[in-house]
Amino acid sequence: MSEFALPPGLVMVLGAFLIPFAKGDRRRLLILGLPLLTLVLVWLVPANAHFPIPFLGFELDPVHYTAAGRLFATVFAIMAFAGGLYGLGNARNVEVMATLVYAGSAIGVTFAGDFVTLFIYWELMALGSTLVVYSAGTESARRAGFRYLMIHLLGGVVLMAGIAAHFAATGDIAVRALAPESFGAVLILIGFLINAGAPPLSAWIADAYPEASPSGTVVLSAFTTKTAVFALLVVFPGADILIWIGLYMVFYGIIYALLENDMRRILAYSIVNQVGFMVCAIGIGTELALNGAAAHAFAHIIYKALLLMSAGSVLMMTGKRKCTDLGGLFQSMPLTAMHGIIGALAISAFPFTSGFVTKSLETSAAAHEGLMIVWLLLLAASAGVFLHAGIKFPWFVFFQRDSGLRPPEPPRNMMQAMGLFSFLCIGLGLFPQVIYVMLPYPLDYQPYTLDHVLTQLQLLLFAGFAFFVMLDQMKRTLTISLDFDWFYRRFFKSLGEEFAVRTTTAHAGFEARTARTVRRLIDNLYAHHGPQGILARTRPTGSMVLWVALLLGCTLLLYIR
Amino acid sequence: MKDSRHWLYRPENWPKLWAIQIVILVLVLLPDVFIHHHAHFTPQVFSLDASPGFYAWYGFVTCAGMVALAKVLGIFVKRDENYYDE
Repeated sequence: MSEFALPPGLVMVLGAFLIPFAKGDRRRLLILGLPLLTLVLVWLVPANAHFPIPFLGFELDPVHYTAAGRLFATVFAIMAFAGGLYGLGNARNVEVMATLVYAGSAIGVTFAGDFVTLFIYWELMALGSTLVVYSAGTESARRAGFRYLMIHLLGGVVLMAGIAAHFAATGDIAVRALAPESFGAVLILIGFLINAGAPPLSAWIADAYPEASPSGTVVLSAFTTKTAVFALLVVFPGADILIWIGLYMVFYGIIYALLENDMRRILAYSIVNQVGFMVCAIGIGTELALNGAAAHAFAHIIYKALLLMSAGSVLMMTGKRKCTDLGGLFQSMPLTAMHGIIGALAISAFPFTSGFVTKSLETSAAAHEGLMIVWLLLLAASAGVFLHAGIKFPWFVFFQRDSGLRPPEPPRNMMQAMGLFSFLCIGLGLFPQVIYVMLPYPLDYQPYTLDHVLTQLQLLLFAGFAFFVMLDQMKRTLTISLDFDWFYRRFFKSLGEEFAVRTTTAHAGFEARTARTVRRLIDNLYAHHGPQGILARTRPTGSMVLWVALLLGCTLLLYIR
Repeated sequence: MKDSRHWLYRPENWPKLWAIQIVILVLVLLPDVFIHHHAHFTPQVFSLDASPGFYAWYGFVTCAGMVALAKVLGIFVKRDENYYDE
């Protein structure tokens, strides 16, 4: 009955701990081999896999096959491979191990058949990713990593509370579609949304990811938010509220990216934007929409990683990360610029790229459902993607004015990783069936109609025209933008400082009052019992004898009659 | 003296770049004269998307709108980059 299967994610997680013991070629083999081995295992998991583990009276189901799970696990494994290749020369052991644990636990989530397993991998991801941020080794990375961990521990607590409430109400821990109506389900939804970068807690992505090392940021961009997309896809398909949350994220990402100066932060905001498309599609909830969300996640991981790889290469070769310091790099880094542009075209859904064949499923799904407003907003957002990521990133980094910087191309392993992902961006765009056959539902969709190609080109090229017409309005400034993180970085900090000042004064007052009271008590005691105190006076024995004699004399006189 | 700057950075080439861009825009807009776009909704709901040039002006206008919105929002949310480090 039960088919045995190795948990693919666990193999990668445990394999990570061999890294410190390997050197040279063996280390390389582990870094590149573990993701490939995991990929093979992902595809060896049979559809009826059942591998129950009893745990605290539950029956855990850690290897549970779903088509969506396999799709996400596949792209996670590919990402772990390319991320490993990209960081081969620079990433320290801590970062490499953390990356593998992180990627492995993300794959673990995609095969979780029950909420307890999902939660364990979920938390393992939070730890792994925090370590990836930390391993950049800078003070700002340490601080950002701490804020990042706090947000994710909060998300974890909410998720755990939701799972507990859900179990208490239904006695069921299997991962299945829920309606966000019961208390437990709502908490689970919030827990997932925190990891997806949904409002109000969206700022953690742009806060933490750009502080990691070049290779760290690349892997961070892939797993946490897309695991949340997977979880939402499986547990909350068709939850109406997700449409509006998704649309908010889409425009939040665009506007904040337009205001941003740090090249990797631009791309981090654009993660929120892209995940917004997926969340919106999950909210629409039809088979076409869910297929769209899954396919878009697959393509997105690859082109977003490619964009961050080219940004990371620029950072590594120039040591600069702000648009105001960069420009003109296409002259000495033509290949890096080319890969960056391919990623930018793919994210903008240009025809013949992976974005075109996947994102259009989502917009079509909105149109099929007759959601006119949603469709119009998604269309505007598609144009906005080209604006904030498709042109802004390559323009300000590689073209713009000449910054005079002439850095060489990055090392070979980085070029290979970018080459692989550029190949996939275009390959998947030309042969969309490769993704389509892996999707959770059967799909009959033809992205390449003359009408579709033409309208998409018009939309994007005129968006690009708007960019150049308004270029003066987009001049980069040496600024950051306030976000919800202001509350926990400034407001609560000021509140805490104010509290500290107030309590210090209050404490000082209280201390003074207490000291005065004690002092008074002591003075009182001293007055009565001190050397001069009335109660402490020593009287000479002679006077006592005299008084006794006097009293006895009086008694005698009174009673003698 | 020969200008050592890349041709992209020589001001005399900029009008050419604009011209190329305009030509491309006209080229992608031209087919709208001959073909009709497929409408996504029933005509009672929305039919503008089938009209010629819809995607072009819609892309341009919404992007200009987003840049303007970002500009306005920037007045309120932009802070010095060392804002949190003090």
